[in-house]
Amino acid sequence: MVKILKKEQLVPNIHFMVLASDVIHLNAKAGEFVVVRADEAGERIPLNLVDWDEKSASVVFMEVGTSTRKLGSVKEGEYIADLAGPLGRPTEIVSEKKIMCIGGCYGIGAILPVIKAYRAHKNKVITVIEARSSFLLYWQNLLKKYSDEFYEITRDGTKGFAGHIDNFLNAYLTKNSVDLVYAQGCTYLTYLVSQTTKSYGIKTIVGLNPIMIDATGMCGVCRVIINGETKFACVDGPEFDGHQVDWQNLLTRRHIYIDEERRSLSFYECEKYG
Amino acid sequence: MPEKIVPKKTPMREQPAKERVKNFNEVPYGYSPEEAIAEAKRCLQCKRAPCIAGCPVEIDIPGFIKFIAEGDFKSAIKRLKEKNVLPAVCGRVCPQESQCEQVCTLSKKFEPVAIGRLERFAADYEASQGEAPLPEKPKPTGKKVAVIGSGPGGLTVAGDLIQLGHSVTIFEALHKPGGVLVYGIPEFRLPKAIVYREVDYLIRCGVKLLLNFIVGKTATIDQLLKDFDAVYIGTGAGLPWFMNIPGENLNGVYSANEYLTRSNLMKAYLFPEYDTPIVRGKRVAVVGGGNVAMDCARTALRLGADEVHIVYRRSKQEMPARAEEIHHAEEEGVIFDWLTLPIKYIGDDNGWVKEMECIKMQLGEPDASGRRKPVPIEGSNFISSVDTVICAIGQSPNPLIPQTTPDLKVAKWGNIEVDKATMKTSKPRCWAGGDVVRGGATVILAMGDARIAARSMDEFLRTGVW
Repeated sequence: MVKILKKEQLVPNIHFMVLASDVIHLNAKAGEFVVVRADEAGERIPLNLVDWDEKSASVVFMEVGTSTRKLGSVKEGEYIADLAGPLGRPTEIVSEKKIMCIGGCYGIGAILPVIKAYRAHKNKVITVIEARSSFLLYWQNLLKKYSDEFYEITRDGTKGFAGHIDNFLNAYLTKNSVDLVYAQGCTYLTYLVSQTTKSYGIKTIVGLNPIMIDATGMCGVCRVIINGETKFACVDGPEFDGHQVDWQNLLTRRHIYIDEERRSLSFYECEKYG
Repeated sequence: MPEKIVPKKTPMREQPAKERVKNFNEVPYGYSPEEAIAEAKRCLQCKRAPCIAGCPVEIDIPGFIKFIAEGDFKSAIKRLKEKNVLPAVCGRVCPQESQCEQVCTLSKKFEPVAIGRLERFAADYEASQGEAPLPEKPKPTGKKVAVIGSGPGGLTVAGDLIQLGHSVTIFEALHKPGGVLVYGIPEFRLPKAIVYREVDYLIRCGVKLLLNFIVGKTATIDQLLKDFDAVYIGTGAGLPWFMNIPGENLNGVYSANEYLTRSNLMKAYLFPEYDTPIVRGKRVAVVGGGNVAMDCARTALRLGADEVHIVYRRSKQEMPARAEEIHHAEEEGVIFDWLTLPIKYIGDDNGWVKEMECIKMQLGEPDASGRRKPVPIEGSNFISSVDTVICAIGQSPNPLIPQTTPDLKVAKWGNIEVDKATMKTSKPRCWAGGDVVRGGATVILAMGDARIAARSMDEFLRTGVW
């Protein structure tokens, strides 16, 4: 059992959760993730590690299906079944480069340790966070602390740049140059970022989020096609060169259980709320 | 010596095939005390006891069987446990037909003594009597051992070393202990309650168990070696192989590990009560001919498939699966496509597998394994419709530990190199055994390795000599 030391709803449906752990910090690095299981009947799901110390590991997640809904309903001081990690390969940290870090949705939280690590290695960090509307943006002040430039994008124009990430990238990159783009968030965001930066020839690292179970390389459900080769996102990734990802395959594989996920959620809601 | 030898094993009652394909309950019921005594009396009590040499952990087989014949079941289990910490498991999943029973003196003329069934009986008898009594606590040596992996090998090392007075901590990456016994072997072949009972016994003996601890990631072996005097690596063969043929990443194509882990560890067969889903295919092809393939095929039937095919590139004679598993699969209606090799999976517009293209094979000259090599018959390609494919062609050791332990020598395919006499690795204070050394093998071979390692580890811990 793992105690929830702190829990906060950052914006509707997106939560910040601090979990008790005295081991995650031993080897944790930016870009890695943990696996959690809400209860005895729960799935194992991967969540980006956003922070850690000697007594805890923190995650940011969005409520989507049953598993994240269950996590969302656990209160501070209560317990979840399991926490394991850190997992995956850490972000490759370069130095003295100009790096744009893009986060959307849960990815706004996920980029925090990465921009910290980049900054610690004397990189110039341009942080960009995006959402549908201003009320879905969070952690601005925290992220600004580690950023040399900071931008907000909303699709409805209620804050910062109006439009989607591709509009922003085109506007920014025609006037400025960057050495590297790093993106975390939903598959559509990382896809769109990769598609846009490709024409500028800028190397782009994206965090992928395929379905996982053990997340230690044992089952292969998280396989992704990178440059024509099959890789396991849990042990070979989850970060890959966005220009080499077979996006169609990733999107298709993410939808394997779409019907079951709907069924599971309605089963859970019926059980919980009658 | 019995007056008249009964030529055949005492049959074991089991769930009828038609019934059992609808549930995940265990297939054989096990012997009653009367059946067990009758079977035990078939044992000739040979002085030379070839069966003992046939057992990787050297159980005193005639010894425990004699106790059963006398109705002294408590002594039988005590004798078994002197050499085997997992008798309820081994009685069910060991390939006795190629080990102890194969060399049984009776088998020269008749069916061998049903050693596996008797082992299972003794262990189940003990379980039915409530909590197993604990052995006397040994004097603590003050030495600390880390065991990585709680599969059959890890549990054996832990059981042996705790009895010798060492402090033992097991590190398990998953959220349940048992390794392949829990994520790999289905409930209908090995009820998980049995594994948890054995683990619980070790914990009551003083073994510490840390779940959700991924050695290689959470902490490296070098970090463990700062706190522990010796390390046993029993992390199994968890990296699934694919064939690298077109269409393997289509939806509906599984590795055996994924399929079985979903069903066994995550209990997807109880979805939606359990949250993890699994595709309940109607036309399922399982590629491969080992026990894992049989487990997948039989699981698919229980998940409601109309038709399950085992697609295997050699013939029945070369199948590595146990005869009993093939027999059970046949009884349950699994269709065997011998001498058939998939070469391509074809998807529908939504990215789901809908067909597979195979080629027929014929057997040529023997290959390195001594089995006749399958050779494709040109022009024999054919297409069959499938909605689920499970690739059960084998696996190699998980690379997480070798990747983070640079001075640990590994061979091709990532198997850790050891000295077979001691199971010592190239890295001081580290031993390894089971599938991480052998690639995909069996529960009992992992336990045999563990027994050898435990002896060597104990010697090291007492003398300090590597």
